[in-house]
Amino acid sequence: MKTTQFLFSGFGGQGILFAGKFLAYKGLIEGKQVSWLPSYGPEMRGGTASCSVIVSDGAVGSPIVSKPDVLVAMNLPSLDRFESSVVPGGMIFADSTLIERRTARDDVKAFYVPATKLASDNGYPTLANMILLGKILAELGEFSGEGVEAALAKVISAKHADMKEVNLNALRLGAAQ
Amino acid sequence: MVVFQKPHALTDAPFHYCPGCTHGIIHRLVAEVIDELGIEGKTIGIAPVGCSVMAYNYFNCDMIEAAHGRAPAVATGVKRANPENIVFTYQGDGDLASIGMAETVHSAARNENITVIFINNAIYGMTGGQMAPTSLPGQVTQTSPYGRDVKACGYPIRVCEMLSELEGPEYLERVTVNSVPNIRKAKKAIRKAFQNQIEGKGFSLIEVISSCPTNWGMTPQAALKWIDDKMIPYYPLGVYKDRSAQKEEAK
Amino acid sequence: MSEKVLMKGNEAIAEAAIRAGCRHYFGYPITPQTEIAAYMAKKMPKIGGTFLQAESEIAAINMVYGVSSAGLRVMTSSSSPGVSLKGEGLSYLAGADLPALIVNVQRGGPGLGGIQPSQSDYFQATRGGGHGDYHMIVLAPASVQEMAELTVKGFELADQYRLTSMILADGTMGQMMEPVALDDLTVAPMPEKPWATTGTGMKRPHNIVNSLFLQPEELEKFNFERYERYAKIEANEARFEEYRMDDAEICVAAFGIAARVSKNAIDEARKQGVKAGLIRPITLWPFPKAPFRRAAEHVKAMISVELSMGQMIEDVRLASECRVPVSLCNRAGGMIPSPDQVLEAILGAAKGGN
Repeated sequence: MKTTQFLFSGFGGQGILFAGKFLAYKGLIEGKQVSWLPSYGPEMRGGTASCSVIVSDGAVGSPIVSKPDVLVAMNLPSLDRFESSVVPGGMIFADSTLIERRTARDDVKAFYVPATKLASDNGYPTLANMILLGKILAELGEFSGEGVEAALAKVISAKHADMKEVNLNALRLGAAQ
Repeated sequence: MVVFQKPHALTDAPFHYCPGCTHGIIHRLVAEVIDELGIEGKTIGIAPVGCSVMAYNYFNCDMIEAAHGRAPAVATGVKRANPENIVFTYQGDGDLASIGMAETVHSAARNENITVIFINNAIYGMTGGQMAPTSLPGQVTQTSPYGRDVKACGYPIRVCEMLSELEGPEYLERVTVNSVPNIRKAKKAIRKAFQNQIEGKGFSLIEVISSCPTNWGMTPQAALKWIDDKMIPYYPLGVYKDRSAQKEEAK
Repeated sequence: MSEKVLMKGNEAIAEAAIRAGCRHYFGYPITPQTEIAAYMAKKMPKIGGTFLQAESEIAAINMVYGVSSAGLRVMTSSSSPGVSLKGEGLSYLAGADLPALIVNVQRGGPGLGGIQPSQSDYFQATRGGGHGDYHMIVLAPASVQEMAELTVKGFELADQYRLTSMILADGTMGQMMEPVALDDLTVAPMPEKPWATTGTGMKRPHNIVNSLFLQPEELEKFNFERYERYAKIEANEARFEEYRMDDAEICVAAFGIAARVSKNAIDEARKQGVKAGLIRPITLWPFPKAPFRRAAEHVKAMISVELSMGQMIEDVRLASECRVPVSLCNRAGGMIPSPDQVLEAILGAAKGGN
């Protein structure tokens, strides 16, 4: 039974919860068991936001990710706080526009993507989250199939349907890094 | 020939009220209005906690006993559940103006389409004569044995005046029942408060200045006179808000 | 199986309530359950229902009392401090034998406490919460799907037995999203309510909804009758899930989020050669005594895993009749035990330590 535990962390407003929700929906559409759990409370406004996502072939036990297989750090405090919790052999994805340092861990695979810079250079400054997500999917070998587009359709409301293509572009841009 | 009859909206249960208490008169007025408007079959009454706690035994319509002070919230629920019902609360001064003040103010602010009959006798009757939120300055009660000291206990609350500052309520009137002419006026006010609800106009509250000879330590007659001498100067009778009339005037 | 959608637990409760026929919701904002109010505020006006943000928790529960008196399905929701305020109303609902659904998405206490998940209102929920002799049916969901299913069940049981049902969830269950299949929910028809105050129509004697009985003989009679009903509920409605209990030597007792954490620990313990299993009460009242009594015959020890200072552990000891040692594995104040902490407790108990 394969279970992948994701931890997304960053500032409030970086689309941490949205990225997690996309991934959970993708799992659901592809027939997996999934859970999504946000941090909640006043820290959601501007402080650190985090979000646990579990995608599994079997039933999900605790929805709390305390030992992520994949850590997505979108700011330095997130890397500082969570890098030691990543399981050996796990992966760290960091937004290198906002995080200057590298991880001290040598037992994990680390990927540094200047997601914030790429996002603003390409005209979608709010989609650094999706650029990182594109990279994650590519590295996990999951950037294929109908799941990606179908999940976008789920997490982007009909009112903002024009954003679907933009998000897809951001994902593709990330995957190409 | 006029034959004295009990209103149909009252049950045969004998009132438990003390001799000289005006609750009986007010119950009767409410019941007469229910009869005259032909609404008994769709009326739901909400009884309070206080002397009139067992009002549910006295009215023939469906009745609900509420927790202390919560009658307007219960009435809100009932009215929202079945808007075609006519819903009234019957509450004393401790119930309405002390423990239930938030429910009173907010149901008025929402202009809930209900009728509130508010009995103000400036004392807690059922528990044996303690100071009420409407007890007068200097009034001796079991819990203000040296007279209500406004420095320590604050001032009595004039409910109609206070609620009249709200945009919400439709109709606010203060009446009393210490004489035959006053009883007639009180009935007219109560009738209007029910009529307003039937017409969907919203929150109507009739404050009835009432007597409590037992806990005031007076004869019934002296108590009725005390209403004139002490209560009405502090709680002037009259209409405090009548939004429909105001609208008419504005035209 | 119908299409699954991702929903927050709080939203699943709200949607399930609407599907169960609830058209009246009263509440007051408090974290971490406000999504329920927000969902109702959005949906109710579109389906002819009532959403009302009450002036207080006290007013909200009394509005519930009013709608229930009128015979309709009604609910309110809150989190721990707000549920304390509702305590008065819960007692009156019980005294007047009124059905209603109350949701408590618990947070850490006492006092204003915090806003992170907790299970520390177990005593309050299972022992009544307000004054007087009474019980509520207390349902403890452990997934978003169960948040929906138990909401429907809560309404049904409340109507069937004329009492209040409470959904006792926590901040995690309320905030997490999981797939939920709403179209699989089935709702039993609402029973007749001849006692409701809907107007006599001049066709029947007046109905009185009341909890005041000044004659002690009369009040006692109603209490005894109510407890006969409670006995039926205890006999028929206790619900639980057993997980890997068949050959278990260590029995973990946990509900809600604690049960999910415990499952991870149990799987890991089994990998390490310790036969652990889980009894997960789904009804906290009535407490499922039978599986614990059975387990007490074959396990070496029991561990109550809780997000509190140890409340359910008392029921575990009572149900197992103290035949085996029962220890506590807990976090409190908004903290959640980790699977490692539970695993350590299991391994410790297997070695015979405490």
